[in-house]
Amino acid sequence: MALIQDFAVQGMQMILVLLLAPGVTGLIRKLKARLLRRQGPPVLQPYRDLLRLLRKEVVLADNASWLFRAAPYLIFATTWVAAALVPTFATGLLFNWTADLIAIVALLGSARFFLTLAGMDVGTGFGGIGSSREVMIASLAEPAMIMIVFSLALLVGSTQLSNIAQFMVSPNVGLRVTLGLALISLVMVGIAENARIPVDNPATHLELTMVHEAMVLEYSGRHLALIELAASLKLLLYLSLIACLFLPWGMVPVRSGPLAYVIGGSAYALKLALGCAALALFETVIAKMRVFRVPTFLGAALMLGLLGALLLFVSRGL
Amino acid sequence: MQVVVLLWCVLALLATAITAVWLAPRRGATPLIYTAAAAISALMGATALLNLGVGNSAVLRLPLGLPWVGANFHIDTLSSLFLLIVNIGAVGASLYAIGYGRHESAPQRVLPFFPAFLAGMNLVVLADDAFTFLLSWEFMSLTSWALVMAHDRVEDNVRAGYVYILMASFGTFALLLAFGLLAGPDGHYGFEAMRASHLSASYAALVLLLVLVGAGSKAGLVPLHVWLPLAHPAAPSHVSALMSGVMTKVAIYAFIRIVFDLLGPPVWWWGIVVLALGGASALMGVLYALFQNDLKRVLAYSTIENIGFIFVGLGLALAFKADGFETAAILALTAALFHAFNHSIFKSLLFFGSGAVLTATGERNMDKLGGLIHRMPVTAFAILVGCAAISALPPLNGFASEWLTFQAILLSPELPQWGLKLVVPAVGALLALSVALAAACFVRVFGIAFLGRPRSAAAAEARETDRFSLGVMLALAAACLLAGILPGFVIDAMAPAVQCVLGGHMPQQSSVAWLSLVPISKVRSSYNGLLVFVFIAASASIAAYVIHLLASKAVRRAPIWGCGFADASPLTQYSASSFSQPIRRVFGTLLFRASEHVEMPPPGDMRPATFTVHLRDVVWDYLYAPLEEGIRVVTDRLNVLQFLTIRRYLSLVFAALVVLLLVVAIWR
Repeated sequence: MALIQDFAVQGMQMILVLLLAPGVTGLIRKLKARLLRRQGPPVLQPYRDLLRLLRKEVVLADNASWLFRAAPYLIFATTWVAAALVPTFATGLLFNWTADLIAIVALLGSARFFLTLAGMDVGTGFGGIGSSREVMIASLAEPAMIMIVFSLALLVGSTQLSNIAQFMVSPNVGLRVTLGLALISLVMVGIAENARIPVDNPATHLELTMVHEAMVLEYSGRHLALIELAASLKLLLYLSLIACLFLPWGMVPVRSGPLAYVIGGSAYALKLALGCAALALFETVIAKMRVFRVPTFLGAALMLGLLGALLLFVSRGL
Repeated sequence: MQVVVLLWCVLALLATAITAVWLAPRRGATPLIYTAAAAISALMGATALLNLGVGNSAVLRLPLGLPWVGANFHIDTLSSLFLLIVNIGAVGASLYAIGYGRHESAPQRVLPFFPAFLAGMNLVVLADDAFTFLLSWEFMSLTSWALVMAHDRVEDNVRAGYVYILMASFGTFALLLAFGLLAGPDGHYGFEAMRASHLSASYAALVLLLVLVGAGSKAGLVPLHVWLPLAHPAAPSHVSALMSGVMTKVAIYAFIRIVFDLLGPPVWWWGIVVLALGGASALMGVLYALFQNDLKRVLAYSTIENIGFIFVGLGLALAFKADGFETAAILALTAALFHAFNHSIFKSLLFFGSGAVLTATGERNMDKLGGLIHRMPVTAFAILVGCAAISALPPLNGFASEWLTFQAILLSPELPQWGLKLVVPAVGALLALSVALAAACFVRVFGIAFLGRPRSAAAAEARETDRFSLGVMLALAAACLLAGILPGFVIDAMAPAVQCVLGGHMPQQSSVAWLSLVPISKVRSSYNGLLVFVFIAASASIAAYVIHLLASKAVRRAPIWGCGFADASPLTQYSASSFSQPIRRVFGTLLFRASEHVEMPPPGDMRPATFTVHLRDVVWDYLYAPLEEGIRVVTDRLNVLQFLTIRRYLSLVFAALVVLLLVVAIWR
């Protein structure tokens, strides 16, 4: 019985992230529009877009290979699995131990691997420019992320997200410099990984400035829908991750009953809304960087992460 | 018993080599020789696997070699593991070569040396005294040198062979000195005697440095790597796979055997040296790889990266062992051995793939390839798996060993020394960087060579390669997946080897629930490749099924969307160099002093505009070039000695005698 309940909660989590993800994107767009005193599309617009895209036929380039057609499913699947492994409203989910934080980072790396390959499949300049910039960004963002994982793992003594989250609620966290550095670094990585301003502009189709949009330029129909959904899932993943690590309050342990789940769920919704508002505000007040300023930005994130980890290595002996 | 079987097999390989000398020019020799090599290697691999399971330790002494030492051969679980790695690679390469070898232009220059090379590698792992070890080591170097020189008419191959043989001799020389120190003044050349004797701390440190030079140069540690990217690609592709995938592992074996086994208890700072070299190799190797356009050279540089990764694991194991952290040392060594195994598999796979591309197109330059996924679909699929595995993507095997290495790094704050506390996180950052860059590097390899539109006529008319090659590549790709989703079984199989080195092994992984990987404890960290694979496969299939069932499954083919420009030439696609340009801007200026020169002719001038990129190899510039210059100056000066009269020669001899006698007199 308990096992069935565990399965149900894990399944709920998987469905939940899938259903919430476009909403988060929609909410951010709406908030940004309101901040610019525009009306903006309704929050539900991304769902409508996805449904419309799913119903449309796929227009494939003449020389697109099987990889081009398989990539959206793989990208979507890896991102979904990664997003489903980040605790949202409850900790200690059934499959949390399947993959720790390092594996989640690597799963996102798999998604990126196929996305960048898909960008190069047709052989256009746009795909190439997008892929080549994406791997440059990733080559700095991923190590920065690993350094954040190191900091957290050293602090907690575990790389399991559930355990880290439980540790973060417990009173023995205290105020630590490392955690501050990790938070700043994680936010910077999250911005870069999700192609947000100032690293990339999710709304642009101006060829020289775009990264993510350039890679997916050849995609249409259901393939594009899957890639858009995966991008939303990734954004949700990072918001959930920041919430789970740095705002762990209100998360309930698994098997604590439906009422607790409602509490956990509403706390999660609140945190997400907060995250969306912060991101929308940040994107509104900041300008996009030149592409070759991005390495400086991410290098700073990497150094902050390394500094945090070093502090822990050194302070352990004192 | 096992030793005897293995030695007979080595003898059979040598006999095959001799037979090949007169058989090679005849028709049908190629499949015959390679089939024989594959069969013998398979037998040896099976024997090694058996011994790894049984855990026998046997010695055999033959009355060969030095009269008072003899030729000693020995097999324990550590050598069994490496024999297994060597022979898996050997079987793969031999079977692949049954197909690939048909395109060989000079079979008489490859066939005799190939089995001899295999025999040499096996002998190194079997040797149990310094003399046999060095002899086998040199035999391995020389046979591989002969294979590098197989195509001596190809531009640059002669230089590759020259640099290789210089570095190989230098490495053997360093190992010779190391064994000399280990043997002590009484000349105990047997490994058993070396194990029993203990060196003073300073001599032990000297041995470590000499072994790092000797084994490290063969493995390709920065800064001793310069020969590797020249020599590995120069050989025929199946030999490249052996050199990169297997011979470097023999060097790793030599390092483990001498430093962990023969040298006695380690000192903590040894760990720092090995870690620093490993971290530097990992980062430098992958950066070099990112800026190469030659497919095989990219793979060779990526070998340097992976060797760096393995040495980081070994360095951690040394540091943990020195400070008495048994469990952590075991974890680090297991991670290193696991990565060595994985690397031998996917690097062989990738070199086989590059050989298939070379056969199909005659091109190694990625800027002349493209679109091969349409012409060579099976090869492309196998290479894609290899690229994903080497980029450490879950659920493949590269990720499993990388994950273990990171777990070992995360145990290191317990180490008491400040030096290690500062070096380990820095090396961790280097590893994280090199893993991310490796992914970029292999996106570039696959994206430029296999995707896009063909950049040359040869690439447009490529043909799928033969069935033997495809079979071997698919089998290796399957091995990448299996070792990735069931890493517990591989780690359990390696446990006896770790036990042999450190006296303990990781808790049994295959009995953990759901076949997870749990290195220390479940609370700390766990990873389940099988479930990750199942989840990904299930979600992808569910998504595909639901969408095709409920939404649309219509497909329309249309021309490429060119933003208003009609179909441009395939040469306007991103090339290998342009793909790595952003990364070159970020990392290249500092480490390679990369500079770009654009020459734009003024309006009205009909010359084409040019763009050139200059990359300097810092290691070569600052280490090898001055060395080369110094040797040239010294030899110029000493040249005088060749033209002396007989009286002067005699007086020189006399003076030398007197000086040496004086030295001896003072020494005593």
